[in-house]
Amino acid sequence: MSILINKYTKVIVQGITGRDGAFHTSKMKAYGTNVVGGTSPGKAGQEVEGVPVFNSVEDAVKATGANASVIFVPAAFAADAIMEASYAGIELVVCITEHVPVQDMIKVTPVLKKHGTKLIGANCPGLITPDECLIGILPAMIFKKGNVGLISRSGTLTYEVVNMLTESGLGQTTCVGIGGDAVSGLYFIDLLEMYENDPATEAVVLIGEIGGDAEEQAARFIKEKMTKPVVAFIAGQSAPPGKRMGHAGAIISSGSGTAEEKIKAFKAADVPVAKEPREIPGLVKEKLGL
Amino acid sequence: MKIHEYQARNLFRKYGIPVPEGVVCHTVDEVKQNVSDKDKLRVVKAQVHVGGRGKAGGVKLANTKAEAVEKAGQILGMDIKGICVEKVLVADAVDIEKEFYVGLINDRNTKSVTLMASAEGGVEIEEVAKVSPEKIIKMSIDPAIGLMPWQARKIAIQLFADPKEIRQCANILVKLYQLYVDTDSSLAEINPLVLTPDKQVLAIDGKMNFDDNALYRQKEILSMREADKDELKEIEANAKGLSYIKLDGNIGCMVNGAGLAMATMDMIKLYGGEPANFLDIGGSSNPQKVVDAMNILLSDQNVKSVMINIFGGITRCDDVARGLVIALDQIKTDVPIVIRLSGTNAKEGLEIIKQTGLPVVETMREAAQTAIELSKK
Repeated sequence: MSILINKYTKVIVQGITGRDGAFHTSKMKAYGTNVVGGTSPGKAGQEVEGVPVFNSVEDAVKATGANASVIFVPAAFAADAIMEASYAGIELVVCITEHVPVQDMIKVTPVLKKHGTKLIGANCPGLITPDECLIGILPAMIFKKGNVGLISRSGTLTYEVVNMLTESGLGQTTCVGIGGDAVSGLYFIDLLEMYENDPATEAVVLIGEIGGDAEEQAARFIKEKMTKPVVAFIAGQSAPPGKRMGHAGAIISSGSGTAEEKIKAFKAADVPVAKEPREIPGLVKEKLGL
Repeated sequence: MKIHEYQARNLFRKYGIPVPEGVVCHTVDEVKQNVSDKDKLRVVKAQVHVGGRGKAGGVKLANTKAEAVEKAGQILGMDIKGICVEKVLVADAVDIEKEFYVGLINDRNTKSVTLMASAEGGVEIEEVAKVSPEKIIKMSIDPAIGLMPWQARKIAIQLFADPKEIRQCANILVKLYQLYVDTDSSLAEINPLVLTPDKQVLAIDGKMNFDDNALYRQKEILSMREADKDELKEIEANAKGLSYIKLDGNIGCMVNGAGLAMATMDMIKLYGGEPANFLDIGGSSNPQKVVDAMNILLSDQNVKSVMINIFGGITRCDDVARGLVIALDQIKTDVPIVIRLSGTNAKEGLEIIKQTGLPVVETMREAAQTAIELSKK
C-alpha cells in the first residue's frame, strides 16, 4: 500500500514538449511510471519519448483515462494549467513549476475545492511510491520500498534525509515534497491523515521549515488524531528574526512561525525533533522498536 | 519587493485613499525648496526599508518650516539598523482623535487574502496581537468576488460608530483591497489609520510589499524599486539565478536547494560557528553559477572560510564536481574552502574534486566542523 499514487496511477505531463517536461518524462518512464500522455496546445498528434501529445488535458483524459498530471509549464501559465487539470477531472495535480505568483495560487484554491482536486506544490519536487510510481523530479535511485512515510517542504534536504533512511535500512511507503511556497496545495495535516489510514506506513518523517504555522497545526493533529509515530526536523533554526513580513506577517502567525515555537509544539505532541538530519534514522528506529 | 512609505502613500492617493500632503526630499536644500513657507506642524520621517525607525530617532515633529529643515538635516545620513537614511518624507501632521490598524496579507492557512483591522492602532500593534488577539478582527476574502462593500462595512462598524466615519472607513478598505490585488501585493498596511477631530478618516502611515514572483507583470511597481546596499546584492544574485541573503557570521556557505541551505546554516550554528549567509545555487551544475556564487560570497569581508555543500540528485555529483573544478580554477582567493559532496555518483565526484587539493568530506557534520576550524586560522 501507499498514499496518493501507485502502479495503477495514469499520469499525463502538462508541458511535455518543453525541455524539462521531455527530460523528466523520460526519467519517469524509465522508473516505471505509467505515463499515458502529455499536453501542449497545438501539438496534438506528436509524440514525446513515445508518449502521445494532446491539445488539452480534457482531450488527454478522454483518450487515456489519466487520473494524475504533472506540470512543467512556465510560472506565468502554471495556475492556468492547474485549473485546466482540475476542470478536466484529474484527481491529483503535481505542480513542479517554481516562482508562481501567490495571487494566482489564491485564485486556484476555490477551483480545486469545487472539483475535489488534490494539488501537490507548486514549487515542489513531486512524490514517489518506490518501485511503483514516480511523479516529478525526484532522484529515483535513493528511494527504497519500505514502511516509512515522508513529507517535506524542501527538495534537496528531502533527498539528503531519504538517502540516510535508505542507507540505514529504512525504506519508504510514499515520499511527498509538498513545496515551500506560502500558498500551496496539500499541507502536512492532509498527508498525515493519509499516512495514518495507510496500512503499510508504520512511521512518518516530517521535514518542516520556519515560517507559517503548518508545523504547529501538524503537531496538534498528531497529538489528537494519530496513532503512528512521527519524527520531525525543522530547517532554518539559525535564521535570524527580522526576515519576516512586517507587522501583518507577525500578526497572522502570532505565537508561531519560528523554529523554537515549532519544536515546542512537536515536543508537546511527543514528536522527537532531530537536531541535525543524521539523527533522523535513529529516532525512527527507536520509535519502531528496531 | 519593498517600497518606501512615500511610495505607498502615492499609490494610496492614486486609488483614492486620503493621505495628508507631503514631499520626499533627498537633501536639506530640497526641503528648503519644496516645502511650502507656511509654518505649520509637520512630521519629518526617515524613508528606510526597516522597522523601528521611530524608536531609532528617525521620525521627528517640526512646528515651523525652519524646524523641518533642521530636523531633516538631523535625520538625513542617520544610520538606522545599518541603513543610511538617504531620503526623508516631510508631511503635514494632523491632529489625532483615535488610531486604528488595517492590513491585508496573503494568508497561508485560509489560502486567501485576509483583511485585518483593530481599534488599537499604532506602533504597539504587534504587542496587541500577542497579548489580546481578540482585538484583531480578521476576514478572509473570496478571490473570485473580492471585498464586497457590505463586508467592508461589517469591519468598519466594529471600528467606528458614526455613519459618516463608517462610510469613509469602508471606502478605504475596498480601495485598499483593489490596490492590493491590482499590484500583486503581499502586504498592505495602514498603521495608523486615524480619525481627526473634524471627523476625517486618513491614512497617516503606509507600508506595502510585493510578490517578487509577480514583478514580471507589474512594470510600474518594479520601476519604483529603490533598493538599499544589502538588497542590491540580493537582487544581483537573483538575476544570476541564485538566492542570497547576507547574515552576520563569518562562515560562507554555498548549497544546492533552499531547505538544505537552511539546514547547512543550522549545522554550522549547532557546532559553534556563525553562518555569513544563506546561498542557494539551485539545481544545475553550471560552472558559471558556482563562480558567480563564489564572487558574491567573497565580496563579504567577514567571510573567513567557505563550506560548499552539494547533494546530487538528478544533477549528478560527478557533473557538479567538474563544474566546481572549472569554477575554483577561475577564483583566486586565500579564503579556505571545504567541499562536501553526497548523493548520486558521489564517489566519482569526490575523485574529481581531489585534484583541486581542497579538503573534501562526505558528511554535512564533518564539513561544518572543518569550516569552523578553518575560520579560526
